[in-house]
Amino acid sequence: MATLFEKIWDNHLVREETAGQSTLLYIDRHYIHEVTSPQAFSGLRETGRKVRRPDLTVAVMDHNVPTSDRTLPIKDEIARRQIEQLAKNCQEFDVPLLDLHHPDQGIVHIIGPELGLTQPGMTIVCGDSHTSTHGAFGSLAFGIGTSEVEHVLATQTLWQARPKTMEVRFVGSRPFGTTAKDMILALIRQIGIAGATGHVIEYTGAAVTALSMEERMTLCNMSIEAGARAGMVSPDHVTIDYLQSRPYVPQGAQFESARKQWLELATDPGSVFDRVVEVDIRQLAPMVTWGTNPEMSAPITESVPDPALETDPDRADTMRRALAYMGLTPGIPLNQIPVQRVFVGSCTNGRLDDLRRAASIIKGQRVAAGVRAMVVPGSGRVKRSAEEEGLDSVFKDAGFEWREPGCSMCLGMNEDILEPGERAASTSNRNFEGRQGRGGRTHLVSPEMAAAAAITGHLVDVRALGLEVRS
Amino acid sequence: MNPFTTHTGMVAPLRRSNVDTDQIIPKQFLKRIERTGFGQFLFYDWRFNENGLPNSDFVLNQPPYNHATILIAGPNFGCGSSREHAPWALMDFGFRVIIAPSFADIFYNNCFQNGLLPLTLEDPDINRLFDLTTRSREWALTVNLEEQTVKSADGQFESHFDIHPERREKLLRGLDPIGETLLFTSAIGAYEKYHAVPLVPSSL
Repeated sequence: MATLFEKIWDNHLVREETAGQSTLLYIDRHYIHEVTSPQAFSGLRETGRKVRRPDLTVAVMDHNVPTSDRTLPIKDEIARRQIEQLAKNCQEFDVPLLDLHHPDQGIVHIIGPELGLTQPGMTIVCGDSHTSTHGAFGSLAFGIGTSEVEHVLATQTLWQARPKTMEVRFVGSRPFGTTAKDMILALIRQIGIAGATGHVIEYTGAAVTALSMEERMTLCNMSIEAGARAGMVSPDHVTIDYLQSRPYVPQGAQFESARKQWLELATDPGSVFDRVVEVDIRQLAPMVTWGTNPEMSAPITESVPDPALETDPDRADTMRRALAYMGLTPGIPLNQIPVQRVFVGSCTNGRLDDLRRAASIIKGQRVAAGVRAMVVPGSGRVKRSAEEEGLDSVFKDAGFEWREPGCSMCLGMNEDILEPGERAASTSNRNFEGRQGRGGRTHLVSPEMAAAAAITGHLVDVRALGLEVRS
Repeated sequence: MNPFTTHTGMVAPLRRSNVDTDQIIPKQFLKRIERTGFGQFLFYDWRFNENGLPNSDFVLNQPPYNHATILIAGPNFGCGSSREHAPWALMDFGFRVIIAPSFADIFYNNCFQNGLLPLTLEDPDINRLFDLTTRSREWALTVNLEEQTVKSADGQFESHFDIHPERREKLLRGLDPIGETLLFTSAIGAYEKYHAVPLVPSSL
């Protein structure tokens, strides 16, 4: 009997843990982007080292790239230098690269799965905390810093202390009008942003197996926002169906043999986790954050909480600071908070299914006066598929901007940022102070909720719009 | 990496919980391709007003805290983004030790890669440190990694801290971690012989 995590861990030991030394873990897939890799390549160059396995490494430009017309030169000189440096590094070290003009360019955590480069049972790392996204496929995927990027480039391994395991069991089925985003926000609210520190989460329960792969990616994506090292879901027929048609997944007899191995990775019944957390979602409502970290959220049916009612003085102080930054007064109903910006995109909610669900709310509607709304598809493939379905017209007709793929306003490294004091409904993953632009105020929501906010001009319960929401 | 054995320095109190790496080094400063020069941007939105002038309310703008080399903070320090620019910025500003009740995993790990010591103490110790550093600004601590102790020169504070022996050893010796791992090259090669991984085509 073993958990998914244990099976993957035990299959990747180059050297087992000894008394004085942690485990040397083999890494199957290394994703790279322009922001956290330049210093790692410089390190290799300075020490005369090579990339050990360029054939297990993939680079893409995503964090820093403009989402406007790509035929124009990049205006930001320093950003352009960083992007060009990635191209130079990949050429010098033979690393496959999806550059700015590649048709499949996109956010690293979106392109890996959609190209089939992410597969069950793999160990996957990237210099990005949302690497946990890939755990949706039953892989062990986690974010690392630049020194470790260099370490993996040079050795294809990492020294790792064995993390603890945590089962997050969703109880009940997901109510109408709620999404995977609401499930993960509810978990983070329950256990806190450090609630899973030191742990690898496996999500279980009928509500999880009922999720599509795209929704499972949303769930695993935000594991880091609960402090987890990684998040994962055991592979099943949903995983297999998704992988079957992907470009870089083995085909024919090889696929049949891989399928059998992948399904065997699933956690065995009766396996023991170090910790078990139950999240009751029978009464789940669409969630919205009101503060400056992802645990500061509430159902849209509630009001801005009152720090005066918080008994812990440190927590009360943190709440007061957050409300001051957000410009919110305790007691105001959340569904009365006006927004000036709406962002649909990011590695959390920038996939085709996310765009379809947002479009289903938008169709035939208009963006409210005074609201600037944008869709940033997660990848070139997402963008093309959406355009084939006519989703771009739905968004554009409603008054949304339809942009080129990248991380965009999720972290605001390019020019897609909030102005000081501007308030956004955003499908991204972090509502930290200044994350989307200095002084900008972020409310994290699902794509449906972001779409509804765009139409009404304020945060609103999408279920109350009287529109059809795909369950 | 430079070894870390002991460090004596002035202490600055940052009494906030969940200080995330977006606060430590905001994203607009992540475009540099060097490891150096990030200290000027440390805690940028807190240190500087929108007009670019220093915010005198922020602790690191209040002498002598601006010369501190040890930072005391609340729990879950370094949460959020994996950016190693966060420890780079802290070190470039002059910090050598961060003391908090707890740290986020990736940040904690990144510190050790750079010879910055993230040190955990229990809440009562942290609260005493906040009090002592607020009361007396020119207050110094000595952190001894070999003995695993934190002491003040005036004898007002003394505590023992826990740290994983392997992490301690690596900091004390200040070794090049990749060089160490390359000693296991034959083990890595042997593992690769029987471990098949789907390859990435050289041209995607």
